[in-house]
Amino acid sequence: MTDVAIVGASMTDFGKREGEWIRDLLAEAGENCLDDAGVAPHELDHLYVSNMASGEFEGQAGVPNMLAHDLAAIPAYTQRVDQTSSSGGSGVYAAWQSVASGASDMTLLVGGEKMTHRTTAEATDVIASLTHPVEYKHGVTLPSFAGMTARLYLDQYDAPRESLAKVAVKNHKNGVDNPHAQFRKEIDVETALESPVVADPLRLYDFCPITDGSAALLFCSVEEAEERGEPYVRVAGIGGATDTHVVHERADPTTMGGVVESSEQAYAMADRGPEDVDVAEVHDMFTILEFLQCEGLGFFEQGEAWKAVEEGVTDRDGELPINTSGGLKSKGHPLGASGVAQVYELVMQLRGEAGARQVDCEVGLACNVGGFGNCVTTTVLEAER
Amino acid sequence: MSDDAPPATDASTDDHPPLEAVRYADGSLGYPGHPYGPDGQEPVGTVDLRDRTATVVTWTTSTSTPPGVRAPNHLAIVEFDVEGEPVRALGQLTSDDVAIGDEVRPVYAEELREPGAGIREPASQSWDGYRFDPV
Repeated sequence: MTDVAIVGASMTDFGKREGEWIRDLLAEAGENCLDDAGVAPHELDHLYVSNMASGEFEGQAGVPNMLAHDLAAIPAYTQRVDQTSSSGGSGVYAAWQSVASGASDMTLLVGGEKMTHRTTAEATDVIASLTHPVEYKHGVTLPSFAGMTARLYLDQYDAPRESLAKVAVKNHKNGVDNPHAQFRKEIDVETALESPVVADPLRLYDFCPITDGSAALLFCSVEEAEERGEPYVRVAGIGGATDTHVVHERADPTTMGGVVESSEQAYAMADRGPEDVDVAEVHDMFTILEFLQCEGLGFFEQGEAWKAVEEGVTDRDGELPINTSGGLKSKGHPLGASGVAQVYELVMQLRGEAGARQVDCEVGLACNVGGFGNCVTTTVLEAER
Repeated sequence: MSDDAPPATDASTDDHPPLEAVRYADGSLGYPGHPYGPDGQEPVGTVDLRDRTATVVTWTTSTSTPPGVRAPNHLAIVEFDVEGEPVRALGQLTSDDVAIGDEVRPVYAEELREPGAGIREPASQSWDGYRFDPV
């Protein structure tokens, strides 16, 4: 199996990109990524697009072929990757596979979503359409799964409600220093706790926003990356797994089985463990998910992640900085882009180019979640500089 | 869609469809049924949960609901105990006057959300089902 490197990375500004559509967003990130690596479009063998729902949101299908033409990458092989909110992480997996298997020498991955032209109710319904018919007919949404799980977590582990608000406060603080983030504004615990209820006990500031945006990564062999002579990031380990489609069928809703399984795969491939990780980007679509993933990834014991947040362990200057980008909470969550943007942040960190967000790191981990833990990818990255 | 959806009725009426869990060969129960169980085998039987009560595992009130869904929408994950074998279900609550551990019973509703108002093809699934009512 070929060792795989990431030699280019880019992301667009996340937020409300009025007048720009999926085609514009993907092309912007794709061009910038190729520029970052100094690679010409005709050098691409494979081009992957991570996107959940451009057909449903915009009436635009066939986005990989569209992007190949717009980037002048024809005749590169193209493929769309849809794994709902984890489309980006699954795209990372697919791009890694293409190079590791020898099928491609140079693969571009672009993730993106255009969402903000839809109402919140419409966007919520598009996302909720991933649910089983017995869930959908009851009007279940992803935020309502978060509300039910948060209530159970707080009850089961005797965690204070404020600990969830502190996740939002931390990630908003990190987002201030991310020039691409949707929200670059600090909030305090009181503001989070007094914001409108969305899915009791969770409130507005426990949720990520609806976002337009795109991000891209360029993959090749480590051998090729070494010949280029520029700093790069090595994909040391990667794993992917699923959990039940029907969320209530899980024995313990506070355990994310897909996170546990995918991270075990990634750690084994990297010959690393959670104790080796210096910085992580996790899928904080809802504040409660940061707790569940940090525990599933083995950073903290089950039911203990809230204490780490209370003690500042996951702050940017803490022992294990989590979501230095601002996370989905502050940076935004354009579905297909998010898993790609998580790795973009880690590439910047591991190349030492994260500016005010920079932390001391050699090993980074990204965890991208689809549905409410229905499908998960975990990636372990190492600095080569 | 407001909270004045078609009225829920008592579950024991035989005219209503069953709230059907499936039994797998290893003795475990599942709701909804799947073509294959956790043991990789096809279901070997069914259990009607309509006339049983369940315990609230957790619940929420969702205020930001999709098109065609009542607002607010009270939801719960509940657990039935079928002769010592647990099986869980998710459904709307008739009220938010509940707590974890409370007992609830199924009550039939002809239409849980408005078919066709959301993105899903109305003919692709059923829209009736059971809400859970605090006992």
